[in-house]
Amino acid sequence: MTGAAMIVVRDVAKRFTLHNQGGAVLEVMAAASLRVGPGECVGLVGASGAGKSTLMRMIWGNYRIDAGSIRVAGVELAGAEPRQVIALRRATLGHVSQFLRVVPRVPALDVVAEPLLSLGMDQDRARAQAAALLARLNIPERLWPLSPTTFSGGEQQRVNIARGFVHPWPVLLLDEPTASLDAANREVVLSLIEEARTRGAAILGIFHDEAARARVCTRLVDVSGFAVAA
Amino acid sequence: MTGAHPLLSVRDLTKSYGTRRGCADVAFDLWPGEVMGIVGESGSGKSTLLGCLAGHIPPDTGRVVFDTRAEGPRDVLAMAEPERRMLARTDWAFVHQNPRDGLRMGVSAGGNVGERLMAVGARHYGQIRAQAVDWLGRVEIAADRIDDKPRQFSGGMQQRLQIARNLVTGPRLVFMDEPTGGLDVSVQARLLDLLRGLVRQMGLSAVIVTHDLAVVRLLADRLMVMKDGLVVEQGLTDQVLDDPQHPYTQLLVSSVLQA
Ligand SMILES: Nc1ncnc2c1ncn2[C@@H]1O[C@H](COP(=O)(O)OP(=O)(O)OP(=O)(O)O)[C@@H](O)[C@H]1O
Ligand SMILES: Nc1ncnc2c1ncn2[C@@H]1O[C@H](COP(=O)(O)OP(=O)(O)OP(=O)(O)O)[C@@H](O)[C@H]1O
Ligand SMILES: [Mg+2]
Ligand SMILES: [Mg+2]
Repeated sequence: MTGAAMIVVRDVAKRFTLHNQGGAVLEVMAAASLRVGPGECVGLVGASGAGKSTLMRMIWGNYRIDAGSIRVAGVELAGAEPRQVIALRRATLGHVSQFLRVVPRVPALDVVAEPLLSLGMDQDRARAQAAALLARLNIPERLWPLSPTTFSGGEQQRVNIARGFVHPWPVLLLDEPTASLDAANREVVLSLIEEARTRGAAILGIFHDEAARARVCTRLVDVSGFAVAA
Repeated sequence: MTGAHPLLSVRDLTKSYGTRRGCADVAFDLWPGEVMGIVGESGSGKSTLLGCLAGHIPPDTGRVVFDTRAEGPRDVLAMAEPERRMLARTDWAFVHQNPRDGLRMGVSAGGNVGERLMAVGARHYGQIRAQAVDWLGRVEIAADRIDDKPRQFSGGMQQRLQIARNLVTGPRLVFMDEPTGGLDVSVQARLLDLLRGLVRQMGLSAVIVTHDLAVVRLLADRLMVMKDGLVVEQGLTDQVLDDPQHPYTQLLVSSVLQA
């Protein structure tokens, strides 16, 4: 590992209380700890339901951290103010989610360019960079001015990936980035991940595709070890 | 874009209507550039809260501190009425759910926008008209409709006109009560896209009441959930929606198909 860790998870616990289902309590995690440094790509593994996505979401900030600490680029996420998380996501913490969520009517090109615009880049440059990525991910140019809401599953996923790689975020979270892609596009995505790692990004990913995992991950962490009863 | 002070700092805000609770003990800080959503069932106090923040309804207790351009943080509720009214004209905007409440229906579209500029001191007719045309364009109303009255417009156009009328003076804080309510989905989407662009370009802060969780997810950085006049949960929008803690929020989130 080179340089200071960009993701530091320490003794994190997580439970869900389902108030509308008789107050059932799910203890998902008791003591999760991991570190990801610049230039690493760490793959989360473990059985379905073990808590891979839950841990990733706590790092992204959309799941609350019940106990323990998660620091991303030095910023503590447990108890963070919304504006701190938003600032972190704008410049430092990137994310490829499983599903694309967009404002209807916004063209695919602008969906991809948006993170750059919110960083203050001018529109022409932002669109040019977005276009280059869409082209690389084999999205036909005639689709760029259209809203992705009507795209196929695989096309939507590629728009999502383009958006997730359009800015060189120093920390990247990838939730199944190669799911629903054909071989050629899968190859493009794997190269994008390798390039990000080479430029020094700290990457944490969930890859159900074992070959992909073997190719891009520098290390694996089994989240089953974080469970309550383990 | 992030100043040293919150743009709006609210503490202990309470308003009752006789024995009925409007809203109670509301507290939050809104920072420059932030968009806050307020959701909650009908009668939960959303409009009451918005009205108290915007100075339309005098609260029973509480503080609403606004970071003024000239003098820094000031308690709006303690200001003299003329000063507060001036602040409302220069720094705030209020977009009503019903465009009829926010527009002058007997005045032309251009007049509706120009009137606001005149209220903050603009006098040059040509410049006022040019700015009105510019803003009508930004909300996608064709220049040749400038002399039409709002009643000749569709609901979505009226709502866009209301937005132009409110934003033309360059406010720093916008209050919106169900701005996309009553509009069909494609018009809503267009309005949403417009609002997002304006928030980004102008660095506005906004407080938006809506019942639509999909709108909130796309527009708001943070979210406040109200029930029976009380704030039951607040935080980062996607955290409140994806990992709701309060029984009411869990019910609200699980009762919609996808947001
Ligand atoms: N928002 C939530 N509310 C309630 N329970 C949740 C929530 N999110 C996750 N869980 C529960 O937490 C546990 C871990 O789920 P998680 O999605 O993290 O698993 P995973 O390891 O990603 O599984 P998979 O490989 O199937 O995606 C599961 O029991 C799941 O039901
Ligand atoms: N002028 C008034 N006089 C008396 N009671 C009022 C008045 N305005 C509101 N209320 C009451 O205060 C409570 C909060 O009302 P409010 O209009 O703030 O709700 P809301 O959350 O905006 O609801 P909706 O989603 O239906 O617009 C309700 O019980 C309402 O009946
Ligand atoms: Mg998962
Ligand atoms: Mg209301």
